Amino acid sequence: MAQQVFFEDVAEGQEMPQLVKNPSTRQLVKWAGASGDYYEIHYDKDFAQSTGLDGCIVHGWLTFSFVAQMVTDWMGQDAFLKKIGVSYRGMNVPKQDIICKGKITKKYESDGEKIVECDIWAENTEGKKTTPGKAVVALPSHK
Amino acid sequence: MAQAGSLVTDELRKLVGVESEPEVWEIEKGAIIKFAQSVEDRNPLWNDEGEARKTRYGGMIAPPTFTSMLRNEKLYDTIFELDLPAKRVLNAGNEIEFFEPIRPGDVITVTGKLADIAEREGSVGRMLVLTFEYTYKNQTGKVVSIGRNNIIRY
Repeated sequence: MAQQVFFEDVAEGQEMPQLVKNPSTRQLVKWAGASGDYYEIHYDKDFAQSTGLDGCIVHGWLTFSFVAQMVTDWMGQDAFLKKIGVSYRGMNVPKQDIICKGKITKKYESDGEKIVECDIWAENTEGKKTTPGKAVVALPSHK
Repeated sequence: MAQAGSLVTDELRKLVGVESEPEVWEIEKGAIIKFAQSVEDRNPLWNDEGEARKTRYGGMIAPPTFTSMLRNEKLYDTIFELDLPAKRVLNAGNEIEFFEPIRPGDVITVTGKLADIAEREGSVGRMLVLTFEYTYKNQTGKVVSIGRNNIIRY
């Protein structure tokens, strides 16, 4: 785990360390079991192709979880994630890199909380943002 | 009456704002760990009670996207069984707001509703955007999270 990040140490425009995931089909099955999402397009190639897809695709929620992991890895264990959301704009496929990135867009204090807002997203190997979103984090302070 | 050519049926319009029956989930520590393992997310907050105890949370909590498994199946079924002119379904996005962490041993009550319907022209043609809103309360009655989900039917 990274060291704890503090409000005073971050600036608007700062990027978060990227997180690269490369989910195997086994991981998609593990996610299906753990989350209870058993939709066949995620593990049954014949079924996926019968719906017009080239093959199995990664669960939107799993890609969202990867992006959330990038945020929680960065913010450390003494921060509080207030809000996170993503849109699913493109598909991710197993056995390919999913690159999770983020950038601080706003930094302010509100009701005694030290807040940063961030743009967050997952890219595919062609650099297309398949899963863009936003996060709001309350960071601890040195003061 | 539904507008001619509209994807919004009267049956669908009647569902807007109607709160579902609650569904109750008991949160097991093992389920949290299994969930984190499936993401391959080794953060001690959702993997290791001893390490998590040393943080501001004082013990293990659920990871942010854990609410994905705390479904309200009844609402889900109602929506998927709707006979709409737009048959195909896509998950367009998810958003979660957090107020309190979800902890092992919590009993979470999930209610949901179809909060909004919109009709749009998109890359897939004419589509319906259904916005669902879910409220997660713990055993003390406190709202721990609110989730929003946009589903596209086209």
